[in-house]
Amino acid sequence: MQPGKGLLMIQFDTVHKRFPNGTTAVHDLTLEMPEGGVTVLVGSSGCGKTTTLRMINRMVDPTSGTIRVGGKDVLEQDAAELRRSIGYVIQQSGLFPHRTVVDNIATVPLLLGWGRRKARARAAELLETVGLSADTGKRYPHQLSGGQQQRVGVARALAADPPVLLMDEPFGAVDPVVRTQLQDELLRLQRELNKTIVFVTHDIDEAVRLGDRIAVFRTGGHLVQCAAPAELLARPADTFVADFLGAERGLKLLSLTTLAGVAKGPAPKGARWQLTLDPARKPLVWRDGESGTEIPVRPLRDTDSLLSALNESIAAPSGLVARVDADGVLTGVTSREDIHDRAGHVHSEASTVAA
Amino acid sequence: MYELLKGLGAWLTGSEQWAGSDGIGHRLAEHLQYSLLATLIAAAIALPVGLLIGHTGRGAFIAINLSSFGRALPTVGLVVLVFLVSGLSMWPVYIALVALAVPSIVTNTYAGMTAVDPEVRDAARGQGMRPHQVLLQVELPLALPLIMTGLRLALIQVVATATIAAYVSFGGLGRYVFDGLAQRDLVQVLGGAVLVAVVAVVLDLALSALQRVLFRHRPSTTA
Repeated sequence: MQPGKGLLMIQFDTVHKRFPNGTTAVHDLTLEMPEGGVTVLVGSSGCGKTTTLRMINRMVDPTSGTIRVGGKDVLEQDAAELRRSIGYVIQQSGLFPHRTVVDNIATVPLLLGWGRRKARARAAELLETVGLSADTGKRYPHQLSGGQQQRVGVARALAADPPVLLMDEPFGAVDPVVRTQLQDELLRLQRELNKTIVFVTHDIDEAVRLGDRIAVFRTGGHLVQCAAPAELLARPADTFVADFLGAERGLKLLSLTTLAGVAKGPAPKGARWQLTLDPARKPLVWRDGESGTEIPVRPLRDTDSLLSALNESIAAPSGLVARVDADGVLTGVTSREDIHDRAGHVHSEASTVAA
Repeated sequence: MYELLKGLGAWLTGSEQWAGSDGIGHRLAEHLQYSLLATLIAAAIALPVGLLIGHTGRGAFIAINLSSFGRALPTVGLVVLVFLVSGLSMWPVYIALVALAVPSIVTNTYAGMTAVDPEVRDAARGQGMRPHQVLLQVELPLALPLIMTGLRLALIQVVATATIAAYVSFGGLGRYVFDGLAQRDLVQVLGGAVLVAVVAVVLDLALSALQRVLFRHRPSTTA
C-alpha cells in the first residue's frame, strides 16, 4: 500500500440499510474515510455504527447505495475474498477456542493458501508486534487474559497485512487500565503500520484519543457530524452532539493539546513551597518551608497534555507545575495562570478556525 | 440366591463356555459387530442431518422432537414388524437398531452446533471463511465433544438392545438370554444379561476417557 494520505480508501455514497423487520439501521449515509487515517464511529447503541462498519466487509449488505473500498464497489466482489483482504477485530475477540493462539493468528494467511509454515512464521512475528511473548503462541485462547485475547484478535486481523482494519468495540470488554494500555499500543502500531482504520465505540473519550476523524451517529442511523476531534469538541454541530460529548468537552479538547510552547521560568526562591530535587536535578516533592509538610509532585514533559497540566496545577500546593525533559531532569516551572491562558487560547482558536 | 450366584460364577469362568461357535467369545464378537455396524450406519445418516440442521438453523423442530420420538419407539415391535414384512434376515435387526441410534446422534449433533458461540461463528465469517469452511473448520470441531457424546450414548443403547438379534434367531449375547428363557436355565439368562451390561459399561467408560483425552484443551466440555 502506498501511504498516500488524502486518498479516499473507503467511500459511502447514499447508503441505506433497512432490516427485514422494518427498522432503519443506516439512513442515507454519505461518508468518506481517508487512507491511513483512523475514523471513529460513535453513538449510543442502536445508532447504526456497527451496521455501518459491517457493511464495509459485507457482513451486512446495504439496501441501497454504494460502498467502495480502494475505489472498488464491495458488492461487485466475492464476499469471502473481500473479507480476507480486510482486517476485522470484534468485541470479546471472537477467537477460535479450539485453536492455539498461533493458529488463530494464521487464519487468514491459511485461507489465502500461504502454506502452514509461512503462515505460522508470520503469526509468530505478529505475536511480537502486538506485544505478546513467543510462548503465548502455543497456548489456547481461554488460557489468556481478556487484554491478551484482544491483542491476539488484533494480530489475527493484521496477519495478511490488509490495508484496511475494521474494529468493532474491540476494547469494550476489558477493564479501564488494560483498555488504556491497548489504546496506547494501537496508536503505536498505527504510527508504524499506517493502516486505514475504522473503529466503532460508544466511549467518546476513546474516540477522542484514537480518532483522526470522528463520525457521530444518532438513533435511526443518521450521521450528525464528522470532523477532527478538536473541531468536534470546539464546534459541535448541534445540541445532540454537544450532549453526547458531555459537559467536560472543553477539558477533552485540552487533552488533545500538549504542554510544549507554554512559558516556563525558574523555580522561585524563597517562596513558602519549595521543590526538592535529587542530586540529578529530578523533582522529588513539594516541601512546605514553614511546617515541613511534603506533597508529592508529578513532573510533566512537553509531550504531556494540557489537561494533565491543568490537573497538576490544581493538585500542586503553589499552583506551579514542575517541567522536566525526556530524562526527568527539571527544566523549569509553569504557573497555573499560564496554563489557564493557554487553555483559553486553545479554545478560542479551535472555535474560530474556519471549517 | 447364593446358588444362583455360584452358578453364574462357574458359568462365566468355565473355559468350555468361552470357546467354540457357541462360546462367549464368538457371541461377544457377533454382538459387537451388530452394534458397531448399526451405530456406523446410524452415524452416516444422523451426522449430516444434525450438522445441516445446526449449520442452517432450518428444521430445528426435527432435531428437537426426534429424541422423544426415539424414546417412544418400541424396538421389539419394530423388529417384529420388519420381520413380518421382510422375512428371516438381519434386516429387521439393523433397521431397529439404526432407528434407535439415529435420534441421540441427531439431537446431540444439533445441540453441539447450537452451542457454538455466535461471536465465534461471526468471526469465522468475518475472517473470510466460506460457509463450508465455517462448518468444517469451526463449527464441527467445536461441536465435536457433544457429537461424540451422542455417538457414545447411541452405541451404549444399541449394545444394550442388540440382544433382540437372538429374538429373531440370530447370534449375539442375546442368544444366552433367549435360549436360557426357553430352557428355563436362569444361570444362562443371568450370564447373558451380565455380559451385556458389562460390555455397555466398559464401552461407556472407555469412550468417556477417550473424550477427556481428545478434548483436554477445551475450556469446558459439556460431554
